[in-house]
Amino acid sequence: MMPDDRQIVFENVSKFYGEVLGVNKVNFSLEPGITSLVGPNGSGKTTLMNLLTGLIRPSQGSIHVLGLTTHQPVEFFRQVGYCTQFDSFPPGTNGYDFIYWPLRLHGFDHDQAAKLTNEALERSGMAQVARRKVAGYSKGMRQRIRLAQSIAHHPAVLVLDEPLNGLDPMARAESIALFQSIAQQGMHVIISSHILEEVDRISDRVVLMSSGYVVAEGQIREVRQEVRDHPMQILVRCSNAAKLASAAFELDHVVEAKILTDGQSVLVRTRDAEQFYLLLNKVVSGGLVEVDAVAPADDDVNSIYQYLIGSDGSPA
Amino acid sequence: MSVQESITRAQRTLKEQPWQLYASQISVLVRNGVRRNLFTRRRVWVYLLALIPVLILVTHNIVSRYNVETLSLQNETEVLAGIIQLYYFRLGIFFACMGIFTWLFRGEMVERTLHYQFLVPVRKEVLVVGKFLAGAIISVALFEAAVFACFYLTYSRFGSAGRFYVFDGPGLSQLGSYLLVTALACLGYGAVFLALSLLFKNPIIPGAMLMGWEAIAPIFPAWAQRLSVTFYLKHLCPVTLPVDGPMAIFTVVAEPVSPFVAVSGLLCLTIAILVLSCFLIHRIEITYTAE
Repeated sequence: MMPDDRQIVFENVSKFYGEVLGVNKVNFSLEPGITSLVGPNGSGKTTLMNLLTGLIRPSQGSIHVLGLTTHQPVEFFRQVGYCTQFDSFPPGTNGYDFIYWPLRLHGFDHDQAAKLTNEALERSGMAQVARRKVAGYSKGMRQRIRLAQSIAHHPAVLVLDEPLNGLDPMARAESIALFQSIAQQGMHVIISSHILEEVDRISDRVVLMSSGYVVAEGQIREVRQEVRDHPMQILVRCSNAAKLASAAFELDHVVEAKILTDGQSVLVRTRDAEQFYLLLNKVVSGGLVEVDAVAPADDDVNSIYQYLIGSDGSPA
Repeated sequence: MSVQESITRAQRTLKEQPWQLYASQISVLVRNGVRRNLFTRRRVWVYLLALIPVLILVTHNIVSRYNVETLSLQNETEVLAGIIQLYYFRLGIFFACMGIFTWLFRGEMVERTLHYQFLVPVRKEVLVVGKFLAGAIISVALFEAAVFACFYLTYSRFGSAGRFYVFDGPGLSQLGSYLLVTALACLGYGAVFLALSLLFKNPIIPGAMLMGWEAIAPIFPAWAQRLSVTFYLKHLCPVTLPVDGPMAIFTVVAEPVSPFVAVSGLLCLTIAILVLSCFLIHRIEITYTAE
């Protein structure tokens, strides 16, 4: 596989810490947009991010980020920003210096570095407290100043390890908006998170991990389609729930059609969603029922996570 | 590939390097390294190591200020030589460099901040050089100041005789030699301890072994002595110590070498160890939990 200069490519990557498995035989390539790494603690998300950014070396395999490897650090780290989970800072540093000095190491002169520092502080909502010592920051502020440092040089690839941890709802919403705006500019944003509702809302694709293995990868819908063991759930709100339920039962692939307590909604579990949608078109065009709303009920990261990994974190 | 092609390729590679960027990165690393390692409470013991002889000499000057005539210039010159050769080179600079240079990388591992250095567009070789220079500036500045203070305190109490010894006698040349040897000791030990910190998680035991090696190196063959820092330092010291008993081993000069060979030899040893460190840094991974 030739590394694409827009993609992030993992080729047969494994990492062992002595005899302990970090990740094993990881193969995927990522397009620009927001990609979420999802998995329980110890599943290998942070290992994958550390491998991607060269903090650790793969035991085997290769990683290319926009056609670059960490063996070209000058070019590589101009393109990559990494907000790690390590909640530690150089002793005695303040928020401004924490962002300013790494920018000087990028080769920016004083004026450029100061401008980029102020811009990053503004974007992360830390401008007011930038001159205070980081040691006096709250957990959320420390998280945001690390985020500010990782975006300050305008990287094309932003890697964020649990970036929403410790943030209050307002800061969380602002951070998510920031990630989305970065992704809309054609950048890569790679996020690991336990907050599945938010992952689901912002991700273009997911990489599901368990015990060091990638168990599924792709756009959420595609991944859901691949989980054939679990019938898809579709919620239909319509004028005549009973009629729709009986029509649905005539299809072989429909496992269950349950009329909900409001009497207006049917929850259908089917092994072939496409066929069910065709039926729905037919009953609507035939005037049998009037449909108010149709929505997949388990077409989200949370459900996929439950189906593939299980609530205890072991592969289902 | 022929030799000519290899040389042409190497020249092209060298030409393509962004040397200006490397220089600016090194200056930033040195500035941050000095600020972080010099002005910190953690370094108080290093200041003490440098200042102990100075404090002793100050006390000695106060105690003996009314009977200066009993002091001999030659005797005090030998005492100063003993302080510098037996205390500073064997203990003070050795342990201070151990503290300063092993902390440059290992300390950042302990504080869990090394990843910030690994996530910037800086070649790891540049990082090694920048950090080494920061450590060198700290140790050289500290111990040159201490040696200068010892020299001043030794000769200032002799009044005009002391001034004559310094400015019209061998004093200034001896001071120059001591300052040169102090700087070389800091560079040599610094490079060794930097490399040890990249090789071992706990460099204390290899540091103790190095101290033993430095002590017994004079009894080994000439080629083996060249792998010791003190081998080069001893040849540059302007005053020979008249030491008897077991301490005499520290003053053995097995094979005399010229000052040029001693200076260039130590600098070559330092550069060789730094090149080794540039290879070793590539083995470092950020796994703080293993520290």
